[in-house]
Order: sequence, then C-alpha cells, then structure tokens
Amino acid sequence: MSESFDTASLFARRRPVRRKLRPWLTVAIPVAAILFQVYAPLLVGLLSYLELPLLVTIYLAMNRRSPVAGMMLGAAIGLFQDALSHWPIGILGMVKTLAGFAASSLGLRLDTDNPVVRFGLGFVFFGGHQILLWALRRALLNEPAALALGATLAAAVVNGALAAPLFGLLDKLRESS
Amino acid sequence: MESLLNRYRSLTVLLAVLLAQLVLVAYQVRTGGDVRLLRVWAVSLTAPPGKAIEAARSAVAGWWSEYLWLVHARRENRLLREEVGRLKLENRFLRSELTAAERAQALAQFRARTPSQTIAVRVVAAASGLNVRVVFVDRGAEAGVRTGMAVINPAGLAGRVTAVYPSVSQVMLVTAEGFSAGVICGRSRVQGILRGLGRSECAVSHVHSDEDVKPGDWFYTSGEDRIFPRGLPVGEVKSAGGSGVFKEILLKPAALAGGLEELLIVTEPIHQGLPDERPVAGNAPLLPAPQPAGSSEAPALREPGTSMGTDADRVLERYRREAAPRGAVHLEGGSATQQEAAPAPPPAKPNPVRP
Repeated sequence: MSESFDTASLFARRRPVRRKLRPWLTVAIPVAAILFQVYAPLLVGLLSYLELPLLVTIYLAMNRRSPVAGMMLGAAIGLFQDALSHWPIGILGMVKTLAGFAASSLGLRLDTDNPVVRFGLGFVFFGGHQILLWALRRALLNEPAALALGATLAAAVVNGALAAPLFGLLDKLRESS
Repeated sequence: MESLLNRYRSLTVLLAVLLAQLVLVAYQVRTGGDVRLLRVWAVSLTAPPGKAIEAARSAVAGWWSEYLWLVHARRENRLLREEVGRLKLENRFLRSELTAAERAQALAQFRARTPSQTIAVRVVAAASGLNVRVVFVDRGAEAGVRTGMAVINPAGLAGRVTAVYPSVSQVMLVTAEGFSAGVICGRSRVQGILRGLGRSECAVSHVHSDEDVKPGDWFYTSGEDRIFPRGLPVGEVKSAGGSGVFKEILLKPAALAGGLEELLIVTEPIHQGLPDERPVAGNAPLLPAPQPAGSSEAPALREPGTSMGTDADRVLERYRREAAPRGAVHLEGGSATQQEAAPAPPPAKPNPVRP
C-alpha cells in the first residue's frame, strides 16, 4: 500500500519544511482565479463547473493555518466575486468566509499535502459551498433556486479531481522559509 | 467576557465577519414591498420586545386600575346603573314613538288611497264596563264628526260613531253587542248582516244555509245599510256551519286584530268595488281600487231622467245632480257611489294625521 492511501498518515501531524508563498502571489493567485472564473466559461461553457476561487481559498487558508487569516482571505475573495456577480455583495463572501475558516481549521489537523486529502477537500468543500449558496439564495434573496444534486455531485468530483494538481502547482510557487 | 472572547477568538471573528456580510446583504436586498431587508429584520427584532413590554405595561395598568385603584367605583357604579335605567326608559319611549309614527304613516297612506273623506282620530279612552266594546276618540262635533259615521282603519271596518260630544266622540266597535252592518262575501257575493256579539268575534246573520260561504272567505261592507261605504274589508270567516235555515257564520274582524290606537272617521263615504280575490295581506288587506259603477260589483245608479217612484228617489236624484261634478253622489244617510265616469277618487283633505 502506498503512502498516499495510508489512512493513519492522513491525520499525521507532519512537520514539513515551511515554505511560504510570496505576498504578491497571495493577491495575484486569487485575482487570477476569479478572472478565470469570470472569463473562461465564456470560451468553454463546461468550465463554469469549476470553482477555482474556492479551491484557491482552500489552498491559501490551509497554507496560512490560521482560522482568522483563512476566513479573512475567504471573505475577501468572496466579496470580490460578489462584486462581479449579480447577487448582493456578501452572499459569496459569507460562503467563502466559512470555507476559509473551515479549511484553515482543517489544515491544522490534516496532511494537506496528501493528494487524496486534497481531492477530498475539493470534493467536500465544493459540495458544502454549493449547498450553502443555495440555502442563502433561498433564505435571503427569496430565489426559487433548485439544487441539482446530480450536477453538483459531478461538479464536486471534477473540482476534487482538479484540487490535487492545482494544489501541487501552487506548491511549486512557494518558497522555502 | 474578555477571556471568553480570547479563548474563542477565531469563532468570534468568524461570527463578526459573517454578521457584517449579512448586514451588507440585508442592506442591499429589498423585499416585495420595496423595503430593505435590513429594515425588515430590524423591525422584526424590535417589534416583539416592544409588544411584550406594552402587554406587560397594560396588564400591570389594568391590574392596578381594575383591582387596586377602586376609589369611587361604587358610586360610579350606582350612577351608571341609574343612567342605564334612564336610557332604557328613554329607549322604550322612543320605540313606542317610532311605532306610533309608523302607524300614523300607514294611516296617512290609507287616507290618501281611499276615496272617502276621513278624519284621523285617536282612541283616548274605553267605556267602562265588562265586555263593553265602546271607545272614545279625540275628535268631536267641533271637528265635524256626526253620529252614525263609519269608523275604519287601514285593516278594515272598526265601528260606528254612536255619540258625539264637542271634543270627543263615542265609537261602537264592530264587536259590540248591538252593532250591525250590511256585508257581502268577497268570493260568492252572498250578502248578510254583520252583528256584534260582545266578544272578539262577530256573526254574520241572514245567510241561508244553502249559500256558499266557507271558512277563509272574506266579508266586505255591502253599502246596503247606507251607513258604511261599500268595499271596506270586515273580516275573515272563522267558521260557517249550522243546521237551521240560516248559516251560523263567525268571523274575526280585521280592523281589531292589531289593537286600536288610531282610527279614521269617514265623513264623506264613497262606495268602492269589491276585490275579485280575497286580500292576501294578512290582517291588513288593502282596499281595492274604485270600480266603475257600471260593473257588476257596484250597484249601478239609474240614469238621470229615469222615472223615480218615491220622494226619496227624487231627493236622491237631486243630490246626485248636485254632486255630479265631484264624481260622486252623496246620499242621505252617508252612503254614496262612485260615478262611472269619475276618473279618480277625490283628493283627500289636507288634514294631517294626528298621531
């Protein structure tokens, strides 16, 4: 059995080599993710199933390993997304805030370098993100939004599958401390 | 508190950030009534406590004013009871006045409808004595009332003036012993004599046993007595039987069914026709419209110039000529018949009905 499927290793508190992301990248990566989210679906419709800002939020929040910093980061990304959406500002902000808080909290307990964990995080967080967004739209905006479970699950799988390579790519941008 | 916040710093910050964004959303979103969601929430948050505070305040105030602060309550209660009693009396009086006004209105309408000239009178007293069916009315000789005049009300024949005093008159009701009038059955046209029995019913005599009179038939004045104008409703037959030569017919007088308060004294009677059907308005049948004298119901007058055999006939002819322009002929004894050519009944005198 390989190391990546060792259940015990998923929750092991490793002491990895601390590598920090450059500050400008902390800003540039979310902005790039949001811009991708905004423009890419115009070119390829299937790309609208991707939620790159969410994945970036999860990665950065886990990288920070501070719940407050994670939630602030999530709030900032969410509010930026709200500014570019047709919803009132704050809807995606609240969802991303919770996502950032949860991701940073989990980042303290999980081996976030494990690809399986990363897939699981992408899958679970995407599902939670969509459910929360659906609930807020119905409760606050009184929108008759329907939760398409099949499409949501499929998109969650896709986002989970994307999370592992994306996080690996972002790992390469970090510098050793 | 501070240590608690420090302990759950992350959670506190999370809640604060979420709350801030929630407020931000609520500020932007408007409800269906174009009210900001933030305002709706604020009102929804503040209204229940406000209601609770007001409910508590009113409960305490009510408890205080209703159970503790009872100064002068007994006196106020007594005054209020007196006031209620006074108002009840006033209400009863006003109801009575209203009823009287309604009766007066009905009487006025009847006066306008009937072709005979009438005076409105009010019953002021009843003659003393057991089962004496005699009343006094508030008009007498000064008002033109004379002995023998018919007394009616909208429901029908009520009686006859038997004595006249300067300001009051005595009226014998149809139920009084000794009262009599010529009557005719509205359905079969059988004639008879109405007689008072001294009780609530009247009898119709001189109707042969083979005549067609049944319970439910209506009798009207026939005008043959030359006192009462023809066509006034008298009453409904209660029973018609007997094994002798004549039927024993009892009828209930329509005019006395609702009591007597206001009446009309017929000063200048004019005959009317009989209705083809019995009245259907309960105890207050409406008088029929006057019929032409040439009809089979009204007794036809002989044409002027027809030979008259007696002095009475000659007097009748003279009276008829004198009264011809009015459309009616007055007969000695108060009887009259509407002319065939009369277009309409004479207008009623402008006497207001005295309630």
